[in-house]
Amino acid sequence: MAKITLSKLRHSYYPTPKQPSDYALKEIDLDWNDGGAYALLGPSGCGKSTLLNIISGLLVPSEGQILFDGKDVTELAPDKRNIAQVFQFPVIYDTMTVYDNLAFPLRNRGRDEETVNKRVMAIAEMLEVTDMLDTKAAGLSPDNKQKISMGRGLVREDVNVVMFDEPLTVIDPHLKWKLRSKLKELHQRIKATMIYVTHDQTEALTFADQVVVMQDGEVVQIGTPVELFERPAHTFVGHFIGSPGMNVLPCTLSDGQAYFGDQLVALEGAIIGEPSGRTEIGIRPEFVTLAASGLAATVSKVSDVGRHTVVECDANGSKISAIIDGAGPEKGSPVFLSFQQNQTRLYVDGWIATQSQEAQS
Amino acid sequence: MKTVNQKAWFFVLPVLVLVAFNALIPMMTVVNYSVQETFGNNVFLWQGLDWFQQLLTEERFYKALGRQFMFTGLILIIEIPLGIAIALAMPRQGIWVPVCLVLMALPMLIPWNVVGAMWNIFTLPDIGLLGYFLNNVLGIQYDMTQDPIAAWITIITMDVWHWTSLVVLLAYAGLVSIPDAYYQAAKIDGASNWSVFRFIQLPKMKPVLTIAILLRFMDSFNIYTEPFVLTGGGPGNSTTLLSIDLVKRALGQFDLGPAAAMSLIYFAITLLVSWLFYTLMTKDDLN
Repeated sequence: MAKITLSKLRHSYYPTPKQPSDYALKEIDLDWNDGGAYALLGPSGCGKSTLLNIISGLLVPSEGQILFDGKDVTELAPDKRNIAQVFQFPVIYDTMTVYDNLAFPLRNRGRDEETVNKRVMAIAEMLEVTDMLDTKAAGLSPDNKQKISMGRGLVREDVNVVMFDEPLTVIDPHLKWKLRSKLKELHQRIKATMIYVTHDQTEALTFADQVVVMQDGEVVQIGTPVELFERPAHTFVGHFIGSPGMNVLPCTLSDGQAYFGDQLVALEGAIIGEPSGRTEIGIRPEFVTLAASGLAATVSKVSDVGRHTVVECDANGSKISAIIDGAGPEKGSPVFLSFQQNQTRLYVDGWIATQSQEAQS
Repeated sequence: MKTVNQKAWFFVLPVLVLVAFNALIPMMTVVNYSVQETFGNNVFLWQGLDWFQQLLTEERFYKALGRQFMFTGLILIIEIPLGIAIALAMPRQGIWVPVCLVLMALPMLIPWNVVGAMWNIFTLPDIGLLGYFLNNVLGIQYDMTQDPIAAWITIITMDVWHWTSLVVLLAYAGLVSIPDAYYQAAKIDGASNWSVFRFIQLPKMKPVLTIAILLRFMDSFNIYTEPFVLTGGGPGNSTTLLSIDLVKRALGQFDLGPAAAMSLIYFAITLLVSWLFYTLMTKDDLN
């Protein structure tokens, strides 16, 4: 068990990177607390797998350091770091039995058979695979194979961190939630730090206590699922999390007030600093309501998503989505939109630039 | 009433015709010869199973069969491990990959009788590069026209040179199809290089290696051209493999009946060994 610190980490797959775009990871400073359940969320190609491979030691970063409990492990080989990694596709040793698969990491480290047996039995029981210990691993279903590859990581008693690289990709949908809750349960039992890489927001938000959102090799925001949802620090987070994502509307500023077109939009709090650059208003569809007065708009699309209706409107050449209860208005009909003030924020060059209401009071 | 569409037969017809002409008809001709005696002029005398009985009680046949199994066994023992070793040593990415692949494929592109002639000249003691070097520079007595052991070393070396590439290419194809995650997981699990080979690479190569062994078995068991050009079965009968013995009977002695019987037994042995091997190798996959 250890606290993991990433310090000034940069990585490029080019031997001599010149411009910032040559870097898969651009300057990452991050602390992973001992025993935390983290998710690393971001679109494909944002550098999350690179970051994971650097923590596990499969990649040596171009610059910066990785510390386990303050000890520099940047150059240490994966098997010396006491980490476990579960890959997108289940990795099992086909010719071995399930038991031998689970015992493999321990035997490689020269543990005696008695210890091996004790650990394997404990892990098998935890993963509910005791009844298949004697079968050949090759014949297992994908979800059981993934359990076994997880088990090979957990079987070592001294494991510092367990990392999951989109582990549910090849699992049938109806088994996904089962395996996910198993993971959550495992985390509570063994209390190891877990890092879960995914591009699926549902997976990230249900698994993690803390979600790290990445974009283009940078960490955009770290927070609890609620924080990410309620106060996205960057328009990207607003976009990426939520369905549909946050509305981002171009706006102009005048006398400390934000205007969308010529409509005054009340913000949650005072604007921070002297904004210069691209200014935008961010508001989640959940907090947009149809009202008797407000911003005039035309309904362009109505979709029924079950319990709610998503109404897409056009206003001043921008698209605004609203999530409302019950049936929506007809397509093409004129409506007025109202924004819930404490959820309306200003973003400057993508980053949040309004004070939260708690901060003001 | 049920309508039966007979049109489907027309789609099978071309294949049936092809199989008839390249397998069934020639095969039945051989069966025909194997139970009769002929002196040409289309005169045939019924012999029953005489030729088979004669052949199976004859020392000459068993000696040729023994040499054949020895040849096939030796080249398999050398080519399979060597092929795997070369495949493991080949680069998986970069500009050297196509270079290696082309170099590997070259020996296989050379016509078989050219291979035989090449090695024949190469090993001649008076003018051959290798033969001259061994005899006159290193002082090792080496003459495959006189010494059976030298002849055997030469045909084995020639086959290894000619066909190891096939094993290499198949094994390499098996190796590159292993996802990186396996190697990464093995690293994290603390596996040694030997464990990686034993538990990841070898199992993943098993299907292609099965094919490689099967192909090499069948090809080497039926080999004719190269040893015929190289040694002609000599010195004496020391390198007379089954196929060379067969041709001696059929064309040298014009014993068409015994030769036909031998062909059928030869074919049956090849088929039986291939079937046994394949069944054993794929037995685990079914469960």
